[in-house]
Amino acid sequence: MLDNKVPLVEMHDISISFGGLKAVQGASLELYPGEVVGLLGHNGAGKSTLIKILSGAYKRDSGSIRIDGQPATINNPRDAKAYGIETIYQQLAVADNVDAAANLFLGRELVTAFGTLDDAAMESRAREVMGRLNPNFRRFKEPVKALSGGQRQSVAIARAILFNARILIMDEPTAALGPQETQQVGELIRQLKADGIGIFLISHDIHDVFDLADRVVVMKNGEVVGSARTSDVSKDEVLAMIILGKVPPGAVPGPGAVRDS
Amino acid sequence: MAEQNLIASNATRRAVDMASHNPIRRFLTATELDTRLLGMVGALVIIWIAFNLFSGGLFLTPRNLWNLSVQTASVAVMATGMVLVIVTRNIDLSVGSILGFAAMIMGVLQAEILPQMLGFSHPGIWVLALLAGILVGGGIGLLHGVIIAYFKVPAFIVTLGGFLVWRGAAWWVTRGRTVAPMDQTFQLIGGGPAGAIGMVPSWIVAALACIAIVAVIALGRRQRRRFSFSLRPLWAEATLASLGCGAVLAAVAVANAYPWPIRIAERYAAENNIPIPEGGLFISHGIAIPVLIAVAVGVVMTFITNRTRFGRYVFAMGGNPEAADLAGINTRWVTVKIFVLMGALVGIASAISVARLNAATNALGTLDELYVIAAAVIGGTSLSGGVGTIAGAMLGALVMQSLQSGMVLVGIDSPLQSIVVGLVLVFAVWLDTLYRRKSN
Ligand SMILES: Nc1ncnc2c1ncn2[C@@H]1O[C@H](COP(=O)(O)OP(=O)(O)O)[C@@H](O)[C@H]1O
Ligand SMILES: [Mg+2]
Repeated sequence: MLDNKVPLVEMHDISISFGGLKAVQGASLELYPGEVVGLLGHNGAGKSTLIKILSGAYKRDSGSIRIDGQPATINNPRDAKAYGIETIYQQLAVADNVDAAANLFLGRELVTAFGTLDDAAMESRAREVMGRLNPNFRRFKEPVKALSGGQRQSVAIARAILFNARILIMDEPTAALGPQETQQVGELIRQLKADGIGIFLISHDIHDVFDLADRVVVMKNGEVVGSARTSDVSKDEVLAMIILGKVPPGAVPGPGAVRDS
Repeated sequence: MAEQNLIASNATRRAVDMASHNPIRRFLTATELDTRLLGMVGALVIIWIAFNLFSGGLFLTPRNLWNLSVQTASVAVMATGMVLVIVTRNIDLSVGSILGFAAMIMGVLQAEILPQMLGFSHPGIWVLALLAGILVGGGIGLLHGVIIAYFKVPAFIVTLGGFLVWRGAAWWVTRGRTVAPMDQTFQLIGGGPAGAIGMVPSWIVAALACIAIVAVIALGRRQRRRFSFSLRPLWAEATLASLGCGAVLAAVAVANAYPWPIRIAERYAAENNIPIPEGGLFISHGIAIPVLIAVAVGVVMTFITNRTRFGRYVFAMGGNPEAADLAGINTRWVTVKIFVLMGALVGIASAISVARLNAATNALGTLDELYVIAAAVIGGTSLSGGVGTIAGAMLGALVMQSLQSGMVLVGIDSPLQSIVVGLVLVFAVWLDTLYRRKSN
């Protein structure tokens, strides 16, 4: 599957700091088409910050990003979307006072021949996509702030897959969900992967990720501890990477690896 | 198949309707009317009836209602823009001062500069003056918007500064001298016997408005059928259409029931060789031009907020600015556009005020920012952002003006008037918080 030589995404030597806090230091990552990469680490390890650089929400201090092997310019979320990068943010970035269809198409509305909003067409597409994702969803006319956490999450996911994303970033997508909804998201990820979409799946909990991911990348204190194929390491070894920063033999060490003494 | 879906979803909807036995609730669900707006209409009716009782029947007369409509126009025009400003969690404290400044520019242009260039009462003067007013307003809005959006100075501060700056600038234009009179044609923007369109054109406008109401309802229905969404029951659509048309026809009937003052009518008759019939000459005012302008602004602004991308972004930003940013919306540019629009609307409102007074004075528009903000807020615009309607704000302006005119009519002293208006504002917002808490 990974015989495709050119990675979809290469983030190289990325650093960013907030004031004195070095949130991410010298982090490198890659993602291949149809690959699911689990990005793991404790809360505060810098996972969200790293992927927000890819999604255009933050500007990096240094480092480079390549998409399809070509240097990419990502200065804001619009740039990222133009590269087919879609993001489901950890803190559910939905517009509370508009309805589900308006959220799905936010920034990319369907318009009529006169340039006015085609709400009926958008609602129709929204019903279609939401129907696949969350068949019980009915509340199309209400502002999304009236929805439950799970419903809001399915709106956020629907928005990300609506526009044929090539690169999907999911930051703790199941944190607010119950077991059944979590399972639905898992199935969705497998389906998207089969379509050749590259997915970053971010979590602080290894159990959410290990079975879905082809590869895991572990971060600690803003640095990459190492990366490994899930077929080459055990859950316990990955846990040791997360907690101790200790890199097992099956993994590739990164700048944040703790050397054995 | 689509037809079947349609029938099925209609059936569920009907089942829901039947489930609630309360006929009022059923009516509201079926028509999808905004209960908040209905509440405001109710409040307005109560205010009108109360003033009519206390003034011995003077309030609900064609004459008073017509004047009320003209007095409301300027603030109503600005309130539509203030909705967008407040929805995005900004504020504009400078509209009264911008109104004053734009008024001075328009006044000096048409009374002093343009007549020298084009000749006295040249037909182009009013257009150029009006355009200048809109451009000045829009330009100032652009300046404020850029400072707010790109330099990140809070709107409260920028427009508080603007409040002082533009009031001072208005004085500077003529060093405090009042400019009068205005161009003959320009004066029509302000109303008065000549500044109203008369009986027949008013009925024509009413007919067009009714056609438009029916067309909008029919188009909406066709659009929903295209995607086989559930439709409103036909009786509900018919009720909506007749309510809308009824309101339009009633308003026009009132405007047409207000005749020109006898002297003016007699002079007009003499000039045009019209014989004066027995019992006096009855020439209807019809809809006042400023009211027509305000309604047109309301329609356009409603269209902008509901049917354009820009409008959608305004409400998305108001609910969650960060989410709008992450969705790829250029929120700064949208903010700039909102303030430009607000400024241009102030330009229009300024033209109405100057024309009505037939003079540009230094103090024109003083305290207007407060009335405009109050109108928007009473009309249901939430200061915490994301919520508000154009129609609500215009109704809010009408409520404010009704209170003021009514108190004048009843003979309440002006200090007491301010007290009452202030109390009503606080009370209205308190009611609104209660309403929102309940509906959540
Ligand atoms: N916008 C910001 N301003 C200041 N500090 C931030 C900001 N975003 C993240 N941080 C800090 O950067 C570090 C990494 O955070 P984050 O990337 O959210 O971690 P994770 O997603 O791995 O839990 C934390 O210490 C966090 O407090
Ligand atoms: Mg995080």
